[in-house]
Amino acid sequence: MRYIRKRLLIYILTFFFAVTLDWAILRFMPGDPVQAMLSRAGVIAAQAMEALRGYFIRAFGLDLPLWQQYVNFWRALFKGDFGVSVYLFPKPVSQVLLEAVPYTVALLVPAILLSWLVGNKFGAFAARRKILDSTLLPVGYFLTATPYMWLGLLMAWGLGIALRWFPSGGAYGFGIMPEASLRFALSLVRHWFLPFLSLFLVMFGGWAIGMRNMIIYELEADYSQYLESLGVPRKLIRKYAFRNAMLPQITGLALQLGVIAAGAIATEVAFSYPGIGLLLFQAIQNQDYFLVQGCFLFIIFGVLLGNLLVDIICLVVDPRIRRGTVSE
Amino acid sequence: MVSVATLLVVGALAFGQVFPRNETLYISGAAWGPPIDWNPFITWSKANTSGTAGLIYEPLFFYDPVEDKLIPWLAESAEWKSAELYVVKLRKGLTWQDGTPLTAEDVVFTFELGQKIPALWFSYMWDAYLGAAVAVDTHTVEFRFKATPHYQAFDNNLFNLYIVPKKIWATRSADEITSGMNPNPIGSGAYRYFSHGPDRNVYIRNDDWWGTKVLGLKPAPKYIIEIRFTTNPLALGSLLKGEIDLSNNFLPGMAELVPWGYLRTYLPNPPYMLAANTAVLFLNTTKKPMDDPAFRRALAFSINVDAIVKVAFGGLVEKANPTGLLPHLWKYVDEQVVKELGFTYNPAEARRILAAAGYRDRDGDKFVEAPDGSKIKLEITCPFGWTDWMEAIRIIAESARAVGINLEHRTPDYGAWSTALVSGTFDMTLNNWAGLSNTPWTLYNLLFNHPIREIMGGGNFGRYDNPAIFQLVGDLARTPAWDTAGMKAVCSQIQRIMLQDLPMIPLWYNGLWAQYQETVWTNFPGAEAGRPKWLPSTWAGYWQMGGLHMLCELKPAP
Repeated sequence: MRYIRKRLLIYILTFFFAVTLDWAILRFMPGDPVQAMLSRAGVIAAQAMEALRGYFIRAFGLDLPLWQQYVNFWRALFKGDFGVSVYLFPKPVSQVLLEAVPYTVALLVPAILLSWLVGNKFGAFAARRKILDSTLLPVGYFLTATPYMWLGLLMAWGLGIALRWFPSGGAYGFGIMPEASLRFALSLVRHWFLPFLSLFLVMFGGWAIGMRNMIIYELEADYSQYLESLGVPRKLIRKYAFRNAMLPQITGLALQLGVIAAGAIATEVAFSYPGIGLLLFQAIQNQDYFLVQGCFLFIIFGVLLGNLLVDIICLVVDPRIRRGTVSE
Repeated sequence: MVSVATLLVVGALAFGQVFPRNETLYISGAAWGPPIDWNPFITWSKANTSGTAGLIYEPLFFYDPVEDKLIPWLAESAEWKSAELYVVKLRKGLTWQDGTPLTAEDVVFTFELGQKIPALWFSYMWDAYLGAAVAVDTHTVEFRFKATPHYQAFDNNLFNLYIVPKKIWATRSADEITSGMNPNPIGSGAYRYFSHGPDRNVYIRNDDWWGTKVLGLKPAPKYIIEIRFTTNPLALGSLLKGEIDLSNNFLPGMAELVPWGYLRTYLPNPPYMLAANTAVLFLNTTKKPMDDPAFRRALAFSINVDAIVKVAFGGLVEKANPTGLLPHLWKYVDEQVVKELGFTYNPAEARRILAAAGYRDRDGDKFVEAPDGSKIKLEITCPFGWTDWMEAIRIIAESARAVGINLEHRTPDYGAWSTALVSGTFDMTLNNWAGLSNTPWTLYNLLFNHPIREIMGGGNFGRYDNPAIFQLVGDLARTPAWDTAGMKAVCSQIQRIMLQDLPMIPLWYNGLWAQYQETVWTNFPGAEAGRPKWLPSTWAGYWQMGGLHMLCELKPAP
């Protein structure tokens, strides 16, 4: 319990600093979001421009001193108010996020979990098996080094446009609107598959390589050699090696979450997939303070939640941590 | 659980909305963000729901840039009775999409919103010259002027101000009118709002449209679905797959794809695209050495526009006339002035002008120093992600360095770029905000916007301060559109000062990007004989400049 409490405190502090940083970076970036928005109108007569600028700057509270804006930001946040998007004015950020979150969650959660499970299984299986190992190694390194954006564009073009096996972009067919129907569900799945696959493949490569290396390391370890000299079946030794190799892979998952979030942005852009990543990308380009904040809040929250889950899992699977908490 | 699932499936089969391909026109290229509002007075996000303007709401006139003439639309006719009085006769039988009649009251109400709300884009009309708008009877509106009308701008407003129903808008607050979302819009146009998603807009044909009865026009597609792509390869891919019929995205490969017969464009030969606006290099005249006309002139001679056309645009654009006016307005170009003062790519001439004005390389770093010996180090910018422009400024920087001007290219994010643009902190930057228009005044109003303010949102980003040219642009605004000779005379004087001083450098015409495939719909516009001659564009503000007429000419593929 004490372990969890300590971790929670760290997470709360991290959350506070991350959110503050996220708030501050935007405000100190060159440029002015209201101006960027109004300039989309092209030429407006000067009087109307001044009136509009004044109105929006007041509407977004950007006329207040910075410290006041910061205090207001936290105050609103505790009330669950994320503010109003500048670039999608007058839509509230929370509403914009709610529309995008399901797509990102549906993409990321299966991609992360499946790639981790399959990658680890496969890496463990391939380690020290000549043919598999010599093919897995280059393929795995290739996949894990592939930029998400590049693989996404390549797959959208190759499988979506050239071969026409899959739709190349969007969340559902061009000729269909959201509805509770099988047809719509199928359309969703077909559009989901390629972005999912491209995320899955890159992450899969990383986990498989990691696991393969860990297994080899564990098989070299004293306990494995001892077991081997006792004549224990190879299968059993590998099982122990796998268990030990798992631990760094679990903590590795926690470390990777931030990188994966960045990968999701690139993938969603490549496939025109309307999740948080695409939203964030557009919000940054348009200097939409409130929307960027909202997206980052979601990402920070997701990463911290993932870390917390990993902590709990470690607690369950690693007796050393459990013991540690007891003796403390 | 099972019963719920069964219900869902049955329900879907019964009510599922799938748009029949042969009744649906798929388009892309207007929106840069998700649909947010259907408010015809919002100008900044108009592109994201481009159909709001022209398909749902309609102006008094349409405009045909191919023929350079106003097309009476809600107005049946209009006449300048005197410089103080303009009388508009509305058509009989105009109706809103809810079935109620559209009358002179609605027109007056719409114009008067500008009088009440200063934040609306057309409010300056009331400050400058409009005295009153009066509904004389149900079909007649009189515009009375308190000062010489800005004829040129007024004509422009006639086809850019969308008439809204008084009974719906009269009860709304000023904030709602200037920036409200206006969901479920009720207009008078050929299409109604149907639905939308983060990456799309869906419009459905208004089968009770007044235009079918009065003008005999009927748009062919029952549905119009506009898809927003986040990358150009996706747009191109969907076009090639036949998922999209008409794309108004900039797709650099057209010069290869069109000759092979994969896709069509308005022009069958280079540059394939019509011209839509002029890309102008704005120079910050408040900074050294851009404050020196000789330096600016040398820069103009140094820029290899042909390389930009070929490399950055793959041959899809054309070099601009030195005056910057678009081809359909070339009747206002004074050839004599251009011959005398125009510029072309000529590095030797650029070096000669620099040397003659005292710009010399004194320290041997291959770059010239200012006449007072100070070093010159300049930056040219455009927003990040505008790939064609990014390549263009790279070429401009390279051209300038070749004649000894130390110029680097940089691509900030759109937000930072636009802030630098309007607050005048840039050195040199590209801009093309003067849209396709009925009058040369639109371009000159962008180039020589005045007075100089802290924030220059309306143009003249380089803060070129010359009262003589400001006066001339004002004179042009007050010249009636029927006085072609008068317009030419003023334009000639503007062009003389502009080309003498070169406070900004017009470079090329950005294209009216449009490419189509005809597997589902045929008879798209084209320059070839027998094809309709309308602008094939679905961009914001283009539905009334040919887009809707194009829809009326489309035919289902056999």
